[in-house]
Amino acid sequence: MLPLERLVESDRVHRTVYTDQAIFDREMANIWEKAWVYCGHESQLPKTGDYATVQIGRQPMIMVRGTDSKIRVLYNRCPHRGVQLCGSRQGNTGSTFVCSYHAWTFHLDGRVKGIPLSHGYVGTRMSPDNPDCSMKAAPRVDSYRGFVFASLASEGPSLLEFLGDARIAFDDMCDRSPEGEVEIVPVCHRVVQHSNWKFFMENQLDALHPSVTHQSTGIAAGRVERKLREEGRTPPLYYHYLSTFASSFDQWDSVQTVNFPRGHGILKGYMGLRPDDPDTKEYVAAMYRAYGEKKAEEHLGRSIHHVLVYPYLSVQSPLQQLRVLRPLAPNKTLSEIWHFRLKGVSAAIYRRALWYFNLVNSPATMINADDLENWTKGQWGLESDGGEWVSFHRNYGGDTRDNGVTYSNNGTSEVVMRSQFEAWRQYMSDEAP
Amino acid sequence: MSIPPKLQKRLLEDVVIFENKESQKTGAQSVAPDHSPRQSAGGKPLPARSALIDSAQSTLQQRVEQLLFHQSELLDEKQWGAYIDLFAEEGVYWMPVTPEQTEWMDSPSIFVEDKRMMEIRMGRVMHPNAWSQAPQWGTSHVVGNVVIEAVSEGEIKVRSRFHMTELRRDATRHFAGTYRHTLKRIGDDFKIALQRVDLLNGQAPFDYVLQIWV
Repeated sequence: MLPLERLVESDRVHRTVYTDQAIFDREMANIWEKAWVYCGHESQLPKTGDYATVQIGRQPMIMVRGTDSKIRVLYNRCPHRGVQLCGSRQGNTGSTFVCSYHAWTFHLDGRVKGIPLSHGYVGTRMSPDNPDCSMKAAPRVDSYRGFVFASLASEGPSLLEFLGDARIAFDDMCDRSPEGEVEIVPVCHRVVQHSNWKFFMENQLDALHPSVTHQSTGIAAGRVERKLREEGRTPPLYYHYLSTFASSFDQWDSVQTVNFPRGHGILKGYMGLRPDDPDTKEYVAAMYRAYGEKKAEEHLGRSIHHVLVYPYLSVQSPLQQLRVLRPLAPNKTLSEIWHFRLKGVSAAIYRRALWYFNLVNSPATMINADDLENWTKGQWGLESDGGEWVSFHRNYGGDTRDNGVTYSNNGTSEVVMRSQFEAWRQYMSDEAP
Repeated sequence: MSIPPKLQKRLLEDVVIFENKESQKTGAQSVAPDHSPRQSAGGKPLPARSALIDSAQSTLQQRVEQLLFHQSELLDEKQWGAYIDLFAEEGVYWMPVTPEQTEWMDSPSIFVEDKRMMEIRMGRVMHPNAWSQAPQWGTSHVVGNVVIEAVSEGEIKVRSRFHMTELRRDATRHFAGTYRHTLKRIGDDFKIALQRVDLLNGQAPFDYVLQIWV
């Protein structure tokens, strides 16, 4: 393994950052198990005892709503012999966690409640007043607009400092509701990527790839769209979700990216999601009533395709979609895919988000089918000795930096990857990014 | 906390709306059009239907079974156009996320496609630059346990079980579950008004995705 400072240069990175087990282990320790990691949404756990299991780095955790209705994140491990306390992905555990092995029980905040035959512990180091008898908790849990995060480090930047301007992901999602809130739709699609997690993160803001990778879908959708128009029918808006992928290089180059410190970033919007139909008019009117015209227009007029919270989250706020990465190995990444319902909007407005979820983000996606193929082949290419470096040279030196934020002058600038690796290098070298 | 004014201003600038045009050169096609043409769907003869079936002598059970067998064979033979033709004009192919689901308008589905959307999916996999179609790829379906649940003048409801094995590149995957067909009688023939597909493993992690109907 090359020394860290030689792995990442400002315009290229060494291939081993995608393939090396030792680097992956360090990423888990230095990034995932320190930074704020997205666990879920408050609406996933409406009742006391509701829980969902979640992976933070290499750590299996439980997110649970306590009797005090606070949400906590605990290690999914019995302090006795280490058996996981929750064997299901989600559910309700009542008022107690019960270990399936020897019936140790725990309060929802992780404190030990009962130990069978506890007299057997008298005089040992493991007496019930020992904190080691309780479940270990994530040192820090916080939420922003209903989105729950945990950090396994007791010290470090606050959640808001970590998110920085990328918190607009959650503002933009919630602000599009007249009530300022979203609730989760309790369906999580999970898709395994046979590639390093960085492929996904880079791909999200890579505006050059869509018309290459997804042209087959874009062209096929555009053809049917036109056929319907010729028949005098109005193609549904969601055809447009697919057909926009087949746009020219020039058009893609005009879509801007915004790159924040800590590797976060925004790909600006390009789909034009404000059609002029009665459903939209009714929705805009409700937004005006809730926020006043000026504020409502500010909320509706934001041009965002999606926002990345580095290194694991892609939030498509205007369509209320969220994809979160759980890296499993240098060449294996689990993606969890969710969407949300804007509170206080009609079924017709929700359906716009739903169609995007069905067509682009479901396990029958006509879009990611080709992304996954690229990333698998990319991983294999980088595992080979066919070359040492990964190039991020496009428009190098051509971007505008203002107060730590880098704006791309060309939409397809590889500033996105350069910015992500700047944060990566800081995380990995223990400099606080 | 509010959004910094500078960023807010930046994000309010220039919404780009793309209009897809036939003439427009897009992506790799503008560089190297049709670099590796796929086999066209109409190239091969359709799989033969049972020689022993005719509407006068066969039972309804036999005719329905033959339709299901034929449908699955069209998938395995990649006869996408003929597969879509089995559906009624307003027919829908639906794969819900859970067996409890009763509708697709207000809750997520894995597939929910009318014939127009099926045509897009067919167009995608047949495009020469459908990159995910480059590796060897094929399926084998077995359909059984065919139960006719209800028969009325215009409609037949059929439940069956399927097992599908897929080979993609060097990996084999298995999908199993239940088909529920609502068949519409059109003259002497049946068309699919609704095919509901409940995957046994629909909520397990997908190792890669489903490129075509199951």
